[in-house]
Amino acid sequence: MNMIQSKTFGARLFRVLNLIILAVLAFSCFYPLWYTFCVSLSSKAAAEGGLVTLYPIGVNTDSYGLIMGDDAFWTSFFISVKRVVFGTVWTMIVIIMMAYPLSKTKRQYKPRNILMWILIFCMLFNGGTIPWFITVKNYGLIDTMAALVLSGSVPVFNVILLMNFFRNLPSDLEEAAVVDGAGPWTILWKIVVPCSMPVIATVILFTSVGYWNEYFQGLVLMNKESNYPLQTYIRQITVQIPVGVTLTTEQYQALAAHSNKSLEAAKVFIALIPMLIIYPFLQKYFVTGITLGAVKE
Amino acid sequence: MNKTKKGIPNWVPYTLMVLPGFIWLFMFSIVPMFGVVMAFENYIPTKGWFGSPWVGMKWFNYLWVIPDARRALRNTLIIAISKLILNIVFPLIFALLLNEVRQMKFKKTVQTIVYLPHFVSWVIMGNIIINIFSANGIYNTVRTALGGQQLLVMTIPQTFQAVLIGTDVWKEFGYNSVIYLAALTGISPNLYEAAAIDGANRWKSTLHVTLPGLIPTVVLLCTLSMGNILNAGFDQVFNMYNQLVMQTGDIIDTYVYRVGITNMQFSLATAAGLFKSVVSFIMIVVSYLLAYKFADYSIF
Repeated sequence: MNMIQSKTFGARLFRVLNLIILAVLAFSCFYPLWYTFCVSLSSKAAAEGGLVTLYPIGVNTDSYGLIMGDDAFWTSFFISVKRVVFGTVWTMIVIIMMAYPLSKTKRQYKPRNILMWILIFCMLFNGGTIPWFITVKNYGLIDTMAALVLSGSVPVFNVILLMNFFRNLPSDLEEAAVVDGAGPWTILWKIVVPCSMPVIATVILFTSVGYWNEYFQGLVLMNKESNYPLQTYIRQITVQIPVGVTLTTEQYQALAAHSNKSLEAAKVFIALIPMLIIYPFLQKYFVTGITLGAVKE
Repeated sequence: MNKTKKGIPNWVPYTLMVLPGFIWLFMFSIVPMFGVVMAFENYIPTKGWFGSPWVGMKWFNYLWVIPDARRALRNTLIIAISKLILNIVFPLIFALLLNEVRQMKFKKTVQTIVYLPHFVSWVIMGNIIINIFSANGIYNTVRTALGGQQLLVMTIPQTFQAVLIGTDVWKEFGYNSVIYLAALTGISPNLYEAAAIDGANRWKSTLHVTLPGLIPTVVLLCTLSMGNILNAGFDQVFNMYNQLVMQTGDIIDTYVYRVGITNMQFSLATAAGLFKSVVSFIMIVVSYLLAYKFADYSIF
């Protein structure tokens, strides 16, 4: 842009320093995941001895072998898979159907504004953890898949995201369909949804990552550990200092030393894999997703 | 226009469409709101929300004097406000630095990597961070190799808040920079050309063109983040704290969890939770009104 200035020594120094700073930042984001992967492939002794730095020491797949035969791990893994599938399908159908009438004007659908205010209120205010917990418990949903799918309630922000997108679709499309005799159901599924694939894909990805990463509902709504989704399971196997029990630093150290670091790292890494697989798709869409949410025409 | 061919008015299918969602919302968002009456009662599970004896403001008066609750409030404010500021400033600096890079491939690679931690749950990230700082983690490996003493970072109350704030800013800076990068593409190239003709170097044009171009975004983010003033990040703290760092690590949400879910003191925990909900709600409404008035921002 500025040919003369960019050739000065100061500018060159800045450019080199800048690249180094950014490379270090990027490394810091990548390294913890790489380190975990290395620990999971290292021998138990190397992992416990803190010998692993940049690559696995004493490479073996014992930890992964152990996990293969670990029923509790796979039970939780498949609970999570089931939850992501049910949860994403349910959520998408419901919020697409919600967003379409709300994308109409008050003239086209009278209760639109009232419904909108209810939604916004529910997004901004909540009763807190305890009333929510008691409610779900009273529904008799403890230890059920339904609790893992439903207890998070409607993702209002995503409804608004879809609604804003639907609203900006050219109205000619719909008008033409109405002339052809199409009713609201046909218009929604045959015209609006196919025209909104970019934003729907964004929401699908965010929703499935959300269900996969959720652990708290699993923790408080599942009594039996065999019903835990994977993230809750991982939380339990992590060397957790029981909160409420006083430990000295030495006891803490002893507790940490008793774990199988390599095995734990392998479990953590497997829990990361589904996210890593969809990450390229996520990355393609979420920038649009964020900006779509921020801009309203 | 308002009727289909069969003569059914449009509001009928529209209402059928929104119905499942609103039933879902009613069951899991609206019904729990009635549960806040527990904060004003001595809640007895067998008597329910509307049959338990009324105690007025008792629990709230309690909360102001219980040392644990006051400590949780203090920690929450310190952690939340620090995160709030740094999560605006640090991504801004990062976006500006990234904006100076001309090597597109390098830029894309950096972006791909720094967005990644945002999508890793705090369960996983907490586990990884705890391991890195543990006795046999990489942190102490390097530290002892350089001749230092072993340091169990996660057990030191004095620095625990800094660890929480630092790891949160680190995890989110990439993702938070997206909004700035989007705003940067919106700055007209003409402005840079004009600045160059006036003899501005890169530093000067950053100062006088880029930064002013980003100010509306910064103001908007500052305003909208006001609603997070009591949001210290439950998922992070819950997955990283332990008994040794309670003193500085306990926040309102973890306090509510322990009092309510672990100790089953439902009324006291509901009161603490309601305090947080009400303050957050007021802050969000005020911030949205401000954003609407001054930045012309509205979500719907």
